[in-house]
Amino acid sequence: MTAVASRGVRGWLGNHAVLIFGLLVLLYMFTPIFVVVLMSFNDPVGRLGYDFAGFTLYNWKNICEPYQLCESVGNSIKIALLATGLATVLGSLMAYAMVRHYFRGRGTANLMIFLPMASPEIVLGSSLLALFVNANLAGQLGFWTVFVSHVMFCLSFIVITVKARLSGLDPRLEQAAADLYANEWQTFGRVTLPLMMPGIVSAALLSFSLSFDDFIITNLNSGQMITFPMFVWGSAQKGIPMQINVVGTIMFLLALGMVLGGLLLRRIRERPTA
Amino acid sequence: MASRSGSEAAPSRLGGGADLEIQGVTKRFGDFVAVNDLSLNVPEGAFYALLGASGCGKTTTLRMVAGLERPSAGRIVLGGDDITGLKPYQRPVNTVFQSYALFPHLSIFENVAFGLRRTKSKEVKTKVGEMLDLVQLQDYAQRRPAQLSGGQQQRVALARALINRPRVLLLDEPLGALDLKLRRAMQLELKRIQTEVGITFIHVTHDQEEAMTMADTIAVMNAGVIEQQGTPSDLYGHPRTTFVANFLGQSNLLPGTIRDRTGDEVTAEVHGTKVLASHVTSDVREGDVWVGVRPEKVTLHASGEGHRDGQNRLPEGEVIDVSYVGVSTQYVVRLPFGQKLMVFEQNTGERPPFTVGDRVDLAWLADHTFLLDARQDAHAGADLDDDA
Repeated sequence: MTAVASRGVRGWLGNHAVLIFGLLVLLYMFTPIFVVVLMSFNDPVGRLGYDFAGFTLYNWKNICEPYQLCESVGNSIKIALLATGLATVLGSLMAYAMVRHYFRGRGTANLMIFLPMASPEIVLGSSLLALFVNANLAGQLGFWTVFVSHVMFCLSFIVITVKARLSGLDPRLEQAAADLYANEWQTFGRVTLPLMMPGIVSAALLSFSLSFDDFIITNLNSGQMITFPMFVWGSAQKGIPMQINVVGTIMFLLALGMVLGGLLLRRIRERPTA
Repeated sequence: MASRSGSEAAPSRLGGGADLEIQGVTKRFGDFVAVNDLSLNVPEGAFYALLGASGCGKTTTLRMVAGLERPSAGRIVLGGDDITGLKPYQRPVNTVFQSYALFPHLSIFENVAFGLRRTKSKEVKTKVGEMLDLVQLQDYAQRRPAQLSGGQQQRVALARALINRPRVLLLDEPLGALDLKLRRAMQLELKRIQTEVGITFIHVTHDQEEAMTMADTIAVMNAGVIEQQGTPSDLYGHPRTTFVANFLGQSNLLPGTIRDRTGDEVTAEVHGTKVLASHVTSDVREGDVWVGVRPEKVTLHASGEGHRDGQNRLPEGEVIDVSYVGVSTQYVVRLPFGQKLMVFEQNTGERPPFTVGDRVDLAWLADHTFLLDARQDAHAGADLDDDA
């Protein structure tokens, strides 16, 4: 009886091994997120509350209570939006030029665009600082120096992502547009850009999260300004306020919402209507 | 007339086509000469096929007419206007691409309407509706290209080009991606549409059967130059080069020497046997020639039997291979001097088929004999027709 049962269990395990491993990996990946969500509802006993002591909605109702928390989040969002905006426009155009046009130094440009991605952030950050100081901007370190730095490192990621999308795009589509009386601008606007869009959107999302998340380069070049990662780092010295988990949870939900929204949109678009 | 971005060449809204002249056009890609000093004249309303193996320059020629490539030298003239320097969108010319190149992000309706929207045409909805009717895709207007089959996509590509009433429609291997049955159906369909709209069609293909089925005029291209152009029956019956003889159908080429010539009647000698060729159009007047005859023009007779006046006759062949292919039987016959000839005979049942080892005489009409310059490679173009 037990022999039969154990064989049954073993057989079941054998058949579902891949599934079980997959779930374990997912669990491993999601544990930190679960902890963040859970801790956002924590009612800590003391200031150093890393234990879950009790459930409360207080953190959610008083997000901005810790000094400079909301200000730092605001700074981070502002920088991430602006840097992503500029880097996306520049990067997409650069990618277009590098895929669709032949020019002197195209190969070199292709290689150079990889360098910021490949060099360690701490090196980039310190050399930027040296640059700003040498340019007599030491007194003006802050929002704009961080913005410039973020555009710089986001650019590589955007060029690479959009280039990948463009390389997979049949150039005959653009030739067909030209053949059908669309001039260069119309061809770009009606055919190339819409087809590049999925690449541009994912590049922008990636860039936003890279910028929002960045600590090393920002910390070196921000002067008196505080961004969210810097705030978290600073408060970690004295005890992390639970509201940080609330911000983390909101960011996670926003990202999730965007991904699901994108999926849903694509489903709707691709559904035959006739 | 609708206005368009380039005012130089407004597309004719009157329907009908225009004469297209390609004058001494050369296209080089680096050191490679894709098209070499090519000249041709496509009359208005013609269904003109550029036939050749892959890499012969036919697609490059088409792309130069579309404006997608710029000639290294020469001129392209459409209806009297020099269009050599015009951008693709300034030419009253539309293309059906080999891969169709339908816009994946637009519905079928918007794909077909694309050209009309650029030229700010009126009554887009009616015109697109009519065009979708013509290609029998009325029910698919709101679908995306990816939701259509290959044949349907092909028809959308055709509709998208035709709706603009171009003066010349370019078709780049338009049926290449379709299976055989669908291809046959689409060939007839294309021919019907061309007759209906009366636009000049230039059709690039490597499929000789396709070219012969549809085109009024075929130009056979090889290595960047036109080998010969003419009507399908002209090219098939009177090839001027060994390349055309082998590429368009199959040919038996026998080595011979011209003995006598009166007008367009030529007597040649093939290994001691006199062969008469009438209505010779080629330039060869004397010396060594290839004497050509198509396999289906040859009849087989048991050795020494079935003599008829006015026929060429090569005696003492030996059947070395017989294959039955339904409508016909294909023989390979070895002649006394060692050369092998192909003979296709209809299975009429008039006499039992020959078998391997039978002694036979080969006979054909003087009218079906053609003569080619012997300096050419007898095998040029022989193994090319099924690639690409």
